[in-house]
Formats: sequence, structure tokens, C-alpha cells
Amino acid sequence: MTTTQDATQATALAILDALCARLIEAEAELNALDRAVGDGDHGHNLARAANALLAIRDELAPLSVPEMLKRAGKAVVMSVGGASGPLYGTLLLEQGKGLPEGEASRADWARAFTLAVEGVARRGKSAEGEKTMLDVLGPAARAFEGAVDQDFASALAALSQAAVDGHLHCRGLHASRGRAAYVGERSVGQDDPGATTAMICVQLVAAKLAEGAA
Amino acid sequence: MTKFLNRPEDAVTESLRGFARAHADLVHLEDQPRFVRRKTLTPGKVALISGGGSGHDPMHAGFVGRGMLDAAVPGEVFSSPSTEQILAAAEAVGSDAGLLCIIKNYAGDLMNFEMAMELYDGPNASMVVQDDVGAAGGSATVGRRGVAGTVVVEKIVGAFAEQGGDLEGCRLLAESVAAATRSMGVALGGCRVPTSEKPNLELPLGEMEIGVGIHGEPGRRRGPITSADAIVEELMETLLADMQPKAATPLLLFINGLGGTPPMEQYILYDAAARILDAKGLTVARSIVAPLCSSLEMPGASITLTALDDQMLALWDDPVHTPGLRWGV
Repeated sequence: MTTTQDATQATALAILDALCARLIEAEAELNALDRAVGDGDHGHNLARAANALLAIRDELAPLSVPEMLKRAGKAVVMSVGGASGPLYGTLLLEQGKGLPEGEASRADWARAFTLAVEGVARRGKSAEGEKTMLDVLGPAARAFEGAVDQDFASALAALSQAAVDGHLHCRGLHASRGRAAYVGERSVGQDDPGATTAMICVQLVAAKLAEGAA
Repeated sequence: MTKFLNRPEDAVTESLRGFARAHADLVHLEDQPRFVRRKTLTPGKVALISGGGSGHDPMHAGFVGRGMLDAAVPGEVFSSPSTEQILAAAEAVGSDAGLLCIIKNYAGDLMNFEMAMELYDGPNASMVVQDDVGAAGGSATVGRRGVAGTVVVEKIVGAFAEQGGDLEGCRLLAESVAAATRSMGVALGGCRVPTSEKPNLELPLGEMEIGVGIHGEPGRRRGPITSADAIVEELMETLLADMQPKAATPLLLFINGLGGTPPMEQYILYDAAARILDAKGLTVARSIVAPLCSSLEMPGASITLTALDDQMLALWDDPVHTPGLRWGV
């Protein structure tokens, strides 16, 4: 018999696998974006994060979803390095901390996502509007939390769309945080590598959840 | 940008292994998590650690030894070391007298050092070097990048710690040296990370990037390569306008090769910079011309100026015995 708990765990693992595969595949593309405005290591760092998670997949598999997120976040924070390690690790860790143990409602998930994005902002000492991953994650979290009372498919669509819109808006911003800040005006019109990664991740998670909910 | 490599992803590991073996009298390489420490620690001394992405040799591992760092934490090429690496280095060399982290101002380094220090139990302090005046933007929001001036901080504070300076004294001195230091670079070409097919910084042949960062980040201006004198004049004008040194202040003039520019040309740059300082009635008290903070194989150089006071000058002259800097021993 499959319980809800098992189904949630299976979904979480399927999302983990899909995210890791996508980040490894996107390595060269993300490095190229980073070379234009920074030091060209963004794709490597995320691929390293993905490989760090795949290396502990067996350890993650039996855990409850909040514990799985916390353990995954800790691994990324501690072992990945770069700027992405602390930021994505914090995102996972805080998402896990924000969920109740036991049954979590969709509203609980949305709240925890908002809290996790706030955790990333604190870790990076940054805010929206500075041309970073927060320009995707902030609007995405608000859209999801705002729509989560509707049917789930609409909430996921809103989540995904907000990430895409945030990414597009971010392109026109003048970078004032992250390595791109040093290029000044030359950053306007360039895609921010961190924002691009955040969009890829949010879209993929939304799509996987939509598949699971269908 | 052809390279001597086995597997590109093993470049940092193999290079550090060679480094540690070549300098086994001075340093010891720990693996998993990876850091380089002094072979012999001095009990009761404030420990100094630094770290950052690899590819800037001899910075930082080359400055582990008496009179400079106690440990260095190398990340992947151009990428901050992880929190667990920094924590492991801190735990290996930190003493009851304290631990000072010397951090270059990059988001990844700042976050990983900060998290490692949240987890480290002993007395500790951190300071951030931001000496690069070359970038077009960023200084108002993220501060300046930390570049070759970090070497000067590590040398002077390293000597002070060796003499028994306490943790707060070391931190204050490090802040003073950093505040008295400015750097600016120029690239005549790019550099390529071993695991990447493309270079960081793609410069058309005959063009230069004025104000370039040590990872090939854009600077403030790109244009045709001019004479060495004209390039140095542009760098020195920016440095001196920012620094405003007084005529009597003893200056350290440090020409740093970025990896692909030979010593012969580094001395041409030194000559040009020294002539400018002479003409302005400024005093070059100490000089160093060497690739100490490189950027892989990048053809280019940076100029660092530090306005020394008497204490800094004496500490600069103190003995240092590391793989990358050695005098007075």
C-alpha cells in the first residue's frame, strides 16, 4: 500500500533527481552567462552541488521530506563552495526548517518557500531589485503563496510564470549585488546567471509537481 | 591558451600535491576537506588564515609559513572554498590566542568564511580586503574587489602575529594596511579555467582591458593597446587620485604579474611607475616586482601601492619564510 507520506517522499526524490540532472546538463550554458559578467564558475558550482546531492542520495531517500531538505541543504552549504553553495544550501535548509513535521498542507509549503527565500536574502545580504536570484525567487514565492488557495494546477502555473517574468524583468536591471555589480552599466540587458538558474529550478519544480498532481 | 593537464578536473588536486611535495619542509597538505597548513605551528600565536578560489598562485597557499599565514584554503579554480574546508583549516591551526581570517571581498568567500566562523568554537575575527580601484561599478554597493593588495596585508600582519600581536591588534593592523592599499590591473588577453573550453575575458588581439579583475572580470575601459608608459600613467592616475598620498609618506610599490607577462615587462612597468612617483615628489620606500597574485596565464599586470607607516615598514622588512616569499632568513 502506498501512503501519502510515501508518495510525497517519492515526489521529492523525483524532483531531486530531475533538478540534479538539469543542473549538470546546464553547466556550460550557465558558465557562459557568468563569463560575460563575472568569473565563469557559476555552472561548475551548481554541477558540483548536484553531484554532492547525488552522492548522498541513498542517505536522503528514507528521510521525511523536511529532514531530506535539511540534510540536502546542509550538504550543499558545507561542501560546495562558491557563492551558490551557501545560497542554494540555505534555500533547501530553510525550506526544510519551514515545514511542519508530519503532514504539510500546500499553504505550509508556500509559506516555507517564502521563508526560505527570506533566508537566502539574509545570507547574501541582498534584496530584490539588485539583479540576483532573488529577482526570480521573490516574485515566485509571492505568486505561489497568493495563488495556493486556488486549485493546485493554477497555483503552480502562477509560480512558474512569476519566475519567468521575474527573470525577464531582471535582464533590464543594473546589477548592484553579486559579481556582476562590478561591470556597472554593462550588466543592463545581460541575463544574470543566478537569476537564470533560479528560473530553471523553479520551472522544473513546478512542472514536476504539476505532473505529480495530475 | 594550451595547458599542461592530465584530466582538467584534477588540475587543482595535482597542482597542490606537487606544491606540497616541493615545499614539504614548510607546508603540509590536508585532503578532505582540503587545506594547506604550516608544517610546524607556533604555540600561543594568533593564527592567520586566508583562502579563495585557486588559480592565483602563489596566493594563498604559497604564503603559508613563518611570518605570513598559518593555513590557506584553496577552492576550485576561481571559486570560493567550501564552509567545511575553512572550518577544518580553522580547527587545525586556530589557537587560544585567536584566529584571524583575511578574506578577499567576493560574495562566495564572504559567505563561506562567515558560515565557517559561525561554526568555529575558538576566539576569532575576520577582515575583508577590498583594494581594487579598477572596476567601473560596484564600490557603492558591494565594495571593491580584493586583489593583489591582500599579499601586503598577509605579509605585514603575519610579521606582527609572529612578534606576539594579539587578535584585536592583528585585526586593527590588517584593517589599517588594507585601508592604506590600492591596486589596479590591466589585461592584454584573457585566461582559461582548465575545465572550461572558453576563456574568461575574450579580448580581440591588440585590445586591452583597463581595470580588469583577477578572474578576467570586466574593468572600466577597453581599447587598443598603447605604450607601457601610457598604460602605467592611466593606472597610476586612478590609483593616486583615489589614494591621495602625502609627499613624505613612504610608499610600497608592488608590480604584480598576472601570469602571462614576463619579468622583463614587469620591470618596464616598474620603471614607468617609479618615474611617475619621482616626478610627483613621492617616495618609493620599498619595492617588489613579482607575480604574487596571478590570474592563470593572463597576459597583464597590476600595480599596488601601500602608504606605509613606520610600524608597517618595519614589519614588511621582518623575516618571512614561505614558498612564495622569502627574505631575512
